[in-house]
Amino acid sequence: MKKSETPLLDQMRQLTGAPVGEPNTARDPVNQAMIRHWCDAVDDRNPVYTDPEFAEKSVHGGIVAPPTMLQAWTMPGLMSREEREARAPRGPSVLRLLDEAGFTSVVATNCTQAYKRYLRPGDLLTVSHSIEAVSDEKKTALGVGHFVTQLTCYRDQNGEEVATMRFRLLKFRPTERSAGAERRGAPKRSRPVPSINHDNRFFWDGVQAGRLLIQRCFCGKLRHPPGPMCPVCRSLEWEAAEACGRGTVYSYVVAHHPPIPPFEYPNLIVLVELEEGVRIVSNLVDIEPEEVEIGMAVRARFDEVEPDRILLQFERAKG
Amino acid sequence: MSVDFKVVSHFASDLRDRAAIAGIGATEFSKDSGRSEMRLAVEAVTAALEDAGLEPADVDGYSVFSMDNNPAIEVNRQIGGGDLRFFGRVHYGGGAACATVLQAAMAVATGVANTVVCYRAMNERSMQRFGAGVQDRRPMPTAESAHFGWYAPYGLLTPASWVAMSARRYMHEYGATSEDFGRVSVADRKHAATNPAAWFYQQPISLEDHQRSRWIIDPLRLLDCCQESDGAVAVVVTSAERARDLRQPPAMIRAAAQGASHEQQMMTGFYADRITGLPEMGLVAQQLYATAGLTPDDIQTAIIYDHFTPFVLIQLEEFGFCKKGEAKDFIRDGNIELGGRLPINTHGGQLGEAYIHGMNGINEAVRQVRGTAVNPVKDVEHVVVTAGTGVPTSGLILGRD
Ligand SMILES: [Zn+2]
Repeated sequence: MKKSETPLLDQMRQLTGAPVGEPNTARDPVNQAMIRHWCDAVDDRNPVYTDPEFAEKSVHGGIVAPPTMLQAWTMPGLMSREEREARAPRGPSVLRLLDEAGFTSVVATNCTQAYKRYLRPGDLLTVSHSIEAVSDEKKTALGVGHFVTQLTCYRDQNGEEVATMRFRLLKFRPTERSAGAERRGAPKRSRPVPSINHDNRFFWDGVQAGRLLIQRCFCGKLRHPPGPMCPVCRSLEWEAAEACGRGTVYSYVVAHHPPIPPFEYPNLIVLVELEEGVRIVSNLVDIEPEEVEIGMAVRARFDEVEPDRILLQFERAKG
Repeated sequence: MSVDFKVVSHFASDLRDRAAIAGIGATEFSKDSGRSEMRLAVEAVTAALEDAGLEPADVDGYSVFSMDNNPAIEVNRQIGGGDLRFFGRVHYGGGAACATVLQAAMAVATGVANTVVCYRAMNERSMQRFGAGVQDRRPMPTAESAHFGWYAPYGLLTPASWVAMSARRYMHEYGATSEDFGRVSVADRKHAATNPAAWFYQQPISLEDHQRSRWIIDPLRLLDCCQESDGAVAVVVTSAERARDLRQPPAMIRAAAQGASHEQQMMTGFYADRITGLPEMGLVAQQLYATAGLTPDDIQTAIIYDHFTPFVLIQLEEFGFCKKGEAKDFIRDGNIELGGRLPINTHGGQLGEAYIHGMNGINEAVRQVRGTAVNPVKDVEHVVVTAGTGVPTSGLILGRD
């Protein structure tokens, strides 16, 4: 059964095939310097791109540009906002219609380039864009949206088509979850953060500074997890004692399921008995789960698990 | 079978046979009830009252879980109940199960109330899965929230993970294996297989099935973990005298007790000298035996809280059914299956019937006492029931009048 087309789809499909914006001509012709930069950047050592003598003897009979640097030739370069706006396409466009209909988020899905001939130094490219196709409304994991195929045509100084590019993107209506991720600007979730209060702030501050601090009463009792009162002498006074970081595995688990972002699985979690005599939960890193044994010696380290976030971790003690 | 288990008599309370469970009720158990938790609650509560032959207007007290989302006053209004003289809530997750009955029995024994209803109603599977772990919990500078900070940043986020940490140490110290844990699952699923109310009715498993099931958190496999369920269960507690005049033979509350150890943690008892026991359950066991005037030898069947299999072994030890570290041998000998020395979880437990935070186990204990269980144990005089483990907990001994 064919789905009846919506007014939005009708509008969009009337615009398919028509040019989007004015054609743009490259700022510079294809040139050796840019080719060399590209080859350096992608570590492409093929001499046919950079060695004139070698290239002359090759099937090409001279220097050619790497086909995959197609887009580089017509890039607009750094522009002021005014310039950019002046060059932006005018009039109705499929992407604008989708924005207005609430499909405000975008994700690139795939890109295909077709090359009709090698480009050579001196070729001056002109690029033009159109919308080739718009899909029906689709349900995706990201949200409901339309797939849009943009067709980009590259022509040389003689008007000959030398390459095409089909760039497919999904314009979708953001779900609450994807919208949240966008707002935070970080699609990856962070590890749960601890609740910091008057009783435990010293510990987390210590970790951030790369120190493993254990609460110690003036009667000598070490306490972890910490609390306000010493159960031995009822004192409310205490100090933060720095542990040496050495300990042994008292118990451990290997988490497999359910996968909870951002943790990577299997996730090795240990209960460490510190040399000072208290136990603490952490991760054991740089070791395979099957290598872990109760009683093995470990030592503390402090890893930046996320930007500006230091976490206590343990590793196998060497020697 | 005696294991020189010493009952400490000074733990006895005055509660023996002062109150009884006069009615039980439940909804069906499912993965998606398709209705509100409040509706599940009122269905189970009215079913329990009907079972007892009581009217909503007879109810003058409620004792429920702190974790339950259905306020007693709302349930009472919905069912057209009367004025209430007692309402209590018990904290600490599934550890509250038998404690709701303890507090109901205390209210009845002291005349604070005449008829107290205990219930647990939850769409735990379809609405809020505990197994999903503590995610997106907003950090607050409270002690309960700070507690999770010692575990969550490392990925120790689920009830299974907290139990697994203790279980590994238990295996290390006593030589118990994953197969020993699996035998608990096999027994529960065997019992569920013949219980039409069980989610896993007619679906027994073998030890091989258990060993093939995937890791959830090593050393726990999928089949070491209880189900997640939607459903509701209720019981009606009233005085022993009154219960004798009602529709059903009373299930006498021989004893009821709560326990929290001096080093108690919420699921993460990792810091005591030894972490291979459940001292809070030992404390419950002592109080139950002392109050009831019984010993392990006097118990014919038990409902042992089974959210995760390893703690079933430890509870058998804490209750003196076997020696410390020897539950694996007790289980290997088939003692916990029907026909064995101490059939446990004859309804299928939370692994096999449903996970209703232990309340469905109380219903089963009542059925064993009445002689109406689908998997009846012969000559039942006394049934032990336990509540959630790894947390402050509770227990019951129910018996025939
Ligand atoms: Zn002190």
